[in-house]
Amino acid sequence: MIAFKHIFKSFGEKEVLNDVSHEMQTGKCNLIIGTSGSGKTVLQKCLVGLFEPNSGEISYDGTSFTDMTAENRKELRQQIGMLFQGSALFDSMTVEQNVMFPLDMFSKLKHAEKHKRVNEVLDRVNLVDANKKFPAEISGGMKKRVGIARAIVLNPKYLFCDEPNSGLDPQTSMVIDKLIYDITKEFNMTTVINTHDMNSVMEIGENILYMDQGKKEWTGNNEQIIFSKNELLNEFIFASKFLQDAKDMRMLEAKGIISDNRDMEDIISNGEEIK
Amino acid sequence: MDFFNQFGRYLLMLKGMFSRPENSKMYWKEFMHQCSDIGIGSLGIVAIISFFIGAVSAVQTAYQLVSPIIPKTTIAQIVRDTVILEFAPTLVCIVLAGVIGSKIASELGNMRVSEQIDALEIMGINSKAYLVMPKIAAALLTIPMLVIVAMVLGIWGGRLAGTASNILSTDTFDRGLLENFVPYNVTFALIKSYTFAFIISSIPAFYGYYVKGGALEIGRSSTKSVVISCIMILLADYILSQLLLNPPTS
Repeated sequence: MIAFKHIFKSFGEKEVLNDVSHEMQTGKCNLIIGTSGSGKTVLQKCLVGLFEPNSGEISYDGTSFTDMTAENRKELRQQIGMLFQGSALFDSMTVEQNVMFPLDMFSKLKHAEKHKRVNEVLDRVNLVDANKKFPAEISGGMKKRVGIARAIVLNPKYLFCDEPNSGLDPQTSMVIDKLIYDITKEFNMTTVINTHDMNSVMEIGENILYMDQGKKEWTGNNEQIIFSKNELLNEFIFASKFLQDAKDMRMLEAKGIISDNRDMEDIISNGEEIK
Repeated sequence: MDFFNQFGRYLLMLKGMFSRPENSKMYWKEFMHQCSDIGIGSLGIVAIISFFIGAVSAVQTAYQLVSPIIPKTTIAQIVRDTVILEFAPTLVCIVLAGVIGSKIASELGNMRVSEQIDALEIMGINSKAYLVMPKIAAALLTIPMLVIVAMVLGIWGGRLAGTASNILSTDTFDRGLLENFVPYNVTFALIKSYTFAFIISSIPAFYGYYVKGGALEIGRSSTKSVVISCIMILLADYILSQLLLNPPTS
């Protein structure tokens, strides 16, 4: 579990995070959502130590990250995997070398064992026949998969994903979401995902933190988000008419006004107005 | 104020490079890779420049020495000393500031904006030690070697041009090379080349490592790093010449 309390962060005069507290739960997909500029990326970077908060407390499974020495942080980071928005693969290395890099740096395995482990994780992310390709030669979705493979190759306890679906088509986005979800369950990791993607929120949002202008605005899960009365959250999540209609439908379902797809088809074919 | 801020960050970057390597083998591999990139990668341009500079200096010296009283061996002496003292270390390093400096700045800048440096930090790797240190160490090892190659090729170029233009015979040139030779000049040139190697590698590394923004900023910081490296090379050249060739008398 990753817990953070009263996080404040500003850049010069601009306050980016204002008293944010929350807990990211083990074995779950923890989502940080919010509009652009709401502070979610800064929060994630504070959690992994790429930014230092002005004040506040961050702890990993009860151990204070804020008070850790640089040496201890380095050790902890070997248990952290991160998937970056642009994948951040090393351009000069092949897919295989990228995934093998953390093993080369931190493990004492023999080359054959490392090779086996690399193939295992590449297989796990459904990436075959790409070992010898360079990042410039593969698609965006494949890059994300390589990024995930590199992030999990050392069996981390914590996985951070910064907008894993950005730049991907909806179908590939769902594949990546499912992959992250499955890996989280399989390895019982604490996964923290920064996202704008509403599909991700609805599909894998087990613990959601909604931020607005640097403040924690709402927390809950993908079931509760439908019924939330928080205006800011509803404006953000159900911004389009399509999503608003979907929400209305789900609420009617929940109230028992409509029970299944057949009822819905009846409503549509009969032209009944939904209120 | 901005200068002191930048200079402070530069010193902090240099301090940050010194830490226990996470895996010595990987650091060694990176160091060898940089030696190949900086040393072997620049050998061609260094060879061409130094050869022609030596040749041109022989022809131009002969053109200016019109007095029959001055022996022809003087041409070889002037070519030797100008190549060893100035052309090989300074001119070659100014060219290398463009070749190597822009490469280091743009490589690190690209790694910064595409979050590759952040990825290294997240893995628990000291990115300054892993990315910057091998570049500086490789430059300190290979650039003095390139300068020695430049000295040899420059003098050889002068010899070849001198004989090809019938300015002087090879025997006269060789005799001139041995007259009044001061071995300290080579030591001085090597001191300069070590200083310039540090400038050429560390300043572009600083500008690349701390770049912010996108492709435009990478280009800007790369250009800025080359310009500042060149200015620093000329400044260091003057200071070293004053200190080592013309020490203050008490």
